[in-house]
Amino acid sequence: MDFTFTPEQEALREQAREFLAANPEPTWAQLAELGWTGVSIAEEEGGAGLTFVEEAVLFEELGRALYHGPFFATVGLSLPALGAEDRAAVAAGEASWTLALGPLVPDLDTAAHVAIVGGDGIYELEGGEREILETTDTSRPLGVVRGGEAGRRLADSTVLTAIETRSRTALALEACGIARAALEDALEYASSREQFGKKIGVYQAVSHPLADAYTHVELSRSLALWAAWCVANDDPQAAIAGAAAKSYAGESAVQVCETAIQALGGIGFTWEHRLHRLYKRALWIESFGASGTALRAEIAASLIEEKTASGTSPAPVTVAQGG
Amino acid sequence: MDLRDTPEEAAFRAALRSWLEENLPDDLAGHRGGATRFEGPEMREWSRALFDAGYVGLTWPEEYGGGGAPYNHQAIFLEEMARAEAPPHIGVIGIGMAGPTIIAHGTDVQKARYLQPLLSAKEIWCQGFSEPGAGSDLAGVRTSARVENGGFVVNGQKVWSSFAHIADFCILLTRSDPESSRHAGLTYLIVDMHAPGVEVRPLRQITGESEFNEIFFNDVHVPEENLLGDVGSGWQVAMTTLLHERGTLGFALQAALEVQIRKLVALARDRGADTLQRDGIAREWIEMQAVRFTNYRSLSTLMKTGMPGPEGSISKLVWSEGNQRVTKLALEILGPDAALGEGNAPYGGYWQYQQLRSRGNTIEAGTSEVLRNIVAERVLGLPYSR
Repeated sequence: MDFTFTPEQEALREQAREFLAANPEPTWAQLAELGWTGVSIAEEEGGAGLTFVEEAVLFEELGRALYHGPFFATVGLSLPALGAEDRAAVAAGEASWTLALGPLVPDLDTAAHVAIVGGDGIYELEGGEREILETTDTSRPLGVVRGGEAGRRLADSTVLTAIETRSRTALALEACGIARAALEDALEYASSREQFGKKIGVYQAVSHPLADAYTHVELSRSLALWAAWCVANDDPQAAIAGAAAKSYAGESAVQVCETAIQALGGIGFTWEHRLHRLYKRALWIESFGASGTALRAEIAASLIEEKTASGTSPAPVTVAQGG
Repeated sequence: MDLRDTPEEAAFRAALRSWLEENLPDDLAGHRGGATRFEGPEMREWSRALFDAGYVGLTWPEEYGGGGAPYNHQAIFLEEMARAEAPPHIGVIGIGMAGPTIIAHGTDVQKARYLQPLLSAKEIWCQGFSEPGAGSDLAGVRTSARVENGGFVVNGQKVWSSFAHIADFCILLTRSDPESSRHAGLTYLIVDMHAPGVEVRPLRQITGESEFNEIFFNDVHVPEENLLGDVGSGWQVAMTTLLHERGTLGFALQAALEVQIRKLVALARDRGADTLQRDGIAREWIEMQAVRFTNYRSLSTLMKTGMPGPEGSISKLVWSEGNQRVTKLALEILGPDAALGEGNAPYGGYWQYQQLRSRGNTIEAGTSEVLRNIVAERVLGLPYSR
């Protein structure tokens, strides 16, 4: 058992953090140039031939940076539905995708192609009109598609189970990045702001909620990385891990942002400070797909009725042997 | 990153599982703890069996009778013991606290004298740290050790001392310099619990049972060779003890919570659970998994760098509050039956006992308030509150 990142994965995180700090609004072509759009795409298709664990590093960092673009919709949502040629185009930065799982479609403002679900298959949408809707989190707009028809068949709809788990895990990872950033803002403020002649972090009414925020950040991260490893390795526990990760990390990110806003007092409530943008992304993540409550209902069913959570065996406790 | 056991880990786990299947007596499995765990010879025999099989002191150096094994073996051992609901070795204070402190600060004579009998459960240890006036604020210790004729004369009172009523030795934190205050002037002694002047009085807990005790010292003579570390360096020695108290313990706690939640799920199947209760069950299962993988992250860092990852410091805090919610949720599912006493409650009063016992979880081995201070100050770098 080894639950640490490799030096290469750590280097990728460092590269991502530095690049996103210098380029807060990167283009799809820039991400492709860095190799990020093809991380888990095979080398013969122009990708890096790595895994979802490396993509996990990027989701965390892109979440932290409040990245605006089609990375989640393409890599976190659509990728399992794409064939070799489409994957190669994604790796090369020539194509980006989103997938309409419900009426509200994420990243519709930036994704080049739209996939839709119909009958037993997933198809590319041909024609139709896109309307981009105003969203609370302006860095992750939603849109609706009107008209158009099913064009090229991309995949069998059986792939939807994998897509669901993958997207839940990706959003849990984004939520980890969001929560960590919010906690860092609060720690910086509590360590410098003085009231009653002392740094406010001295007061346990301030520091203990921050200690709890830290536990939320780390527990979220443990679940999200467990789910990421399961996705990367096609582990039978991937579905329940992804559900657990999104349920916990989504709600935790909202809560950690709220703790941070409170710790910053009036400053935390201003438009000027970035906290409200982190908070709105956390709320977006919590609302997209299944909520924390809905996911817990799935998990409870899998534990109590021993029904499968999204098609996986419940096997709730044992780490796989061997390997 | 690979969350599966390595072949070597899998082999260790498999051998341990089959050993437990063959050797754990049926009437000891699922033993709920409490005062009865100290009665009769079964626990010493069980502890001795663990020792003979090589499972005690796994990570200790071989020269002291340990297994010389890496930390992951200890983690697997604690997980499998908890999953089999096997009672822990009776010498938990000796193995987890006294032993590592003697290894770090003891003389060769002390190591040769104390370590092996402690592992084999021949001798039981207790801890004499907390006092009526020194709980979370341990530096307030007042039990005195007067230096006299090359030894010490100890007077004072300790409290919340588990196993003291069956212990052979006590690791005792004393104030040897009456003029000193706080962290200076403390001295760490090994005290023979059978010495004249040592009196132990069990304390009855909210469960009705007695796991811990008061210890009174009245002019107890402690020979010089029982000094651990130097006179006046007791605080530094005590920190070694507390560091080990919270070491790989997280694995045992997480696995125990896993068993507890498995029982909660069985209870929900048995008695039915409404939507909110089901939500609670899923919530606790998720958090238990989160603790498990947080422990793995911290252990992996320990294995690679020699220092556990900082995230490991939250295990006990999260576990204790989780166990309180889980047991209370079980009472809620029991409905009116939750009010019944042990004699006529369903499941032999298991949940009533567990729920009451769980209130101690956020107090023993570092209160939740102290643990939050530790996270805030030492992990997050916030200014010290004291």
